Amino acid sequence: MTALLIALGVVIVVVVLAALVLRARARRTPGPPLGAPPSPPATVERPPPEPESALAPPAPVLAPEPVLAPEPETGPPTYRSRLGNVRGIFSGAVSALRGGKVDAATWESLEEALIRADVGVHTTDVLLKGLRARVDAREISGGDDILAALGDEIRALLDVPYSRQLRFDGLPDTVDVWLVVGVNGVGKTTTIGKLARQQSAAGRSVLLAAGDTFRAAAADQLGMWAERSGVEIVRGAEGGDPSAVVFDAVQRAAARGNDLVLADTAGRLHTKLNLIEELKKIRRIADRGPGSVTEVLLVLDATTGQNALAQAKQFTEAVEVTGIVLTKLDGTAKGGIVVAVQRELGLPVKVVGLGEGPDDLVAFDPDAFVDALLGLD
Amino acid sequence: MFDSLSDRLERISTRLRGKGRISEADLDEALGDIRTALLEADVELTVARRFCDGIRLRVSAEALSRSLTPGQQVIRAVHEELVGVLGGESLKISYASRPPTVVLLWWKQQGRNPILVGADLQRPAAVEQLRVLGGQAGVTVFSEATDPVAVARAGVEEARRLGKDICIIDTAGRLTIDADLMEEIRGISATVEPHYTFLVIDAMIGQDAVATAKAFHETLALDAVILSKLDGDARGGAALSVKGVVGKPIAFASTGERLGDFDLFHPDRMADRILGMGDVLSLIEQADRTMDRDEVAQGAARLMQGQFTLDDFLSQLRQVKKMGSLGGLMKLIPGMSKEMRQAAGQIDDGEVARVEAIVCSMTPDERGDVSLLDGSRRSRIARGSGTTVPEVNALLKQFKEMQKMMKGMASGNMPNIPGMGAMGGLGGLGGRAGRKLAAQGAGAGAADFDMLSQLMGDSGDFPTDASPFPGLPAPGAPRPMVSGNKGTKKKKKGGRVTPPKNR
Repeated sequence: MTALLIALGVVIVVVVLAALVLRARARRTPGPPLGAPPSPPATVERPPPEPESALAPPAPVLAPEPVLAPEPETGPPTYRSRLGNVRGIFSGAVSALRGGKVDAATWESLEEALIRADVGVHTTDVLLKGLRARVDAREISGGDDILAALGDEIRALLDVPYSRQLRFDGLPDTVDVWLVVGVNGVGKTTTIGKLARQQSAAGRSVLLAAGDTFRAAAADQLGMWAERSGVEIVRGAEGGDPSAVVFDAVQRAAARGNDLVLADTAGRLHTKLNLIEELKKIRRIADRGPGSVTEVLLVLDATTGQNALAQAKQFTEAVEVTGIVLTKLDGTAKGGIVVAVQRELGLPVKVVGLGEGPDDLVAFDPDAFVDALLGLD
Repeated sequence: MFDSLSDRLERISTRLRGKGRISEADLDEALGDIRTALLEADVELTVARRFCDGIRLRVSAEALSRSLTPGQQVIRAVHEELVGVLGGESLKISYASRPPTVVLLWWKQQGRNPILVGADLQRPAAVEQLRVLGGQAGVTVFSEATDPVAVARAGVEEARRLGKDICIIDTAGRLTIDADLMEEIRGISATVEPHYTFLVIDAMIGQDAVATAKAFHETLALDAVILSKLDGDARGGAALSVKGVVGKPIAFASTGERLGDFDLFHPDRMADRILGMGDVLSLIEQADRTMDRDEVAQGAARLMQGQFTLDDFLSQLRQVKKMGSLGGLMKLIPGMSKEMRQAAGQIDDGEVARVEAIVCSMTPDERGDVSLLDGSRRSRIARGSGTTVPEVNALLKQFKEMQKMMKGMASGNMPNIPGMGAMGGLGGLGGRAGRKLAAQGAGAGAADFDMLSQLMGDSGDFPTDASPFPGLPAPGAPRPMVSGNKGTKKKKKGGRVTPPKNR
């Protein structure tokens, strides 16, 4: 009630002031007398429509020649072989720097490359500021040097003092639980399917927990992955409590001697407080008894822009994310936002998704990532 | 996390304060800030650049003819450009292809009879998901395990056979560089010749939005875009990017996971969202559209005389009510502290009716003199208005505060408004208005909408406590002018020289 009244007061005062001003104008202009229909609200005459060219599509971003479909894979893909598909899309901007001199255009094209890769304005500024200082101090000169130095700086930002390996303790009498979280439609379930296959291929006994009880047929989707990779799955009722599903999975894993539970969760926006609370509960439950949460993987879609930072922040605050899975990196998006995520939150990218095939989940390779980011070969 | 565009605009406005006109350098700096804000909202780089060019054009075109302050010019140009880019044609729809499943509920509500065709044979259980959703919405779902093109063709035939009037085809998600899949979707499109093709774009998408939209547009000739996940905190600059590059309108927006969280897209709301700002201009437009000027002015006059009664309160309240939801209005006022803005979001307009009821339950005497209200009268009022005594007390307490504030204004001091924080947007506003009006003397100067908007736009700049209020002229009433301010008619307005109006 009080807030309402204060708000009312404020609005009334504003309206009264507006009235004063309106009144002043009405008195000044001989025009419509008071009581006449109010003159139309202040509008600004639009400048004549801009020439069509101003709104014409920008210079094509895509390479003119169609990208060829990848050759049939033999064995798991490497990071580079997949990224090769999109290489060269932006390379024009940056590769032109090679061997060239450093001038204003250089900085602009570097900035452009970084921003287009979703690195973000702030991180881009930080990176380029450092670089500028070094150029001014004549430590480096020439396009090649600058590109190399920029690559080094990004790699330095991405550097982690610890391993990017997924943590698996494998202690006796405990079950490692990897929790996979993220917003909707980023590829959580697919990631789990691929992880299940890889982990069981690596000789671990994996159990899947279909913790996405909300999305229609999400458990079916995971079930198909379980079938494909020959692992077991624990499912709950649709619309049921996801914590219960995870709890059951851990219990069952402990009873049957599984080493690792991969727990799927329903996609949720980081702004939905109740769903975030639900996630916290899932994590608490998973950590109970024989279960021990050793990884909380946040799945980020490479096409996501600056919002990924907000996602990473919220999820980390809620469930202590331990690593990032960057999916859909085989498209045209560069996923540059993970540079900012790692820089601001210290969350390392652990694995990347490079396609829809079961083996298209590979370890993160900072070198290849940086090269792709800058459009280098 | 990020400065919103509105924060930046406010800073620009501060910086440009006191300048008669915008220099090239000022504009460059302002545009740099705007560009940064756009990029942080994930507007694509090329689009952001073009947007800034558009603003430059607008500002330089306006500079000659407008009496806005430079800061206001920039803000207004941004707003117009934004609405200009986002707005435009809307889409009339009868048939469609390419996702999403949620559309159908909307169509059901529109009294149509749709069928869903599951042509996403790629992702495990995608058809299952569609069937479940179809079940929830009570809509037929068709699919078969052949290939997507065949499913689509069969689906359309099935639709015809069953006499369905809308056939919605769900297709597999694909990355634009996957030539095979792009060829496949082209095949589907060529086979069923959809009347409408929608591209679903995630509101969180970054710079890649344009590449994606362009590639699909080149392959399929899109008709419109559907923006999903608008319920998150992403600014959704992608909307701007896609509109700017592909030139196709955004037809629908999805704002949640339930089937009902889906509606037509409103460009104006999106503009607000990207701006993230209190919108002074629409507040003023709203005021002008709805207010009964005489009544409000009368209230203003009494206010300035320090005789603000509950009757005045009631009439102002009714004026405000006409302008729309209180929470919405609060959001339009700039300089509001974050907490206030949040509180504004939670205001229930039903409460306003309760307040009105309380005041209406008083006798005219009581409204004129609050001190009459003793315990028994208060309980009578509570009963009469269907409220409780504490509520009546709260109202009276707040009203007394307000009265004090108004008295303060009349006597030249702008007291702190509770909840407005150190920013004291309104205090600043008052101070500014006071100065401005005093300088112009008896409202003879060029006070008008533009001025009001400039007052309000600049409001955040003034410390609340230090704002003198040297006599606000009360139009159409004895003016409680502070001596010395009379006869300032000829005095040039200090600091900012605004060219004469030529509307």
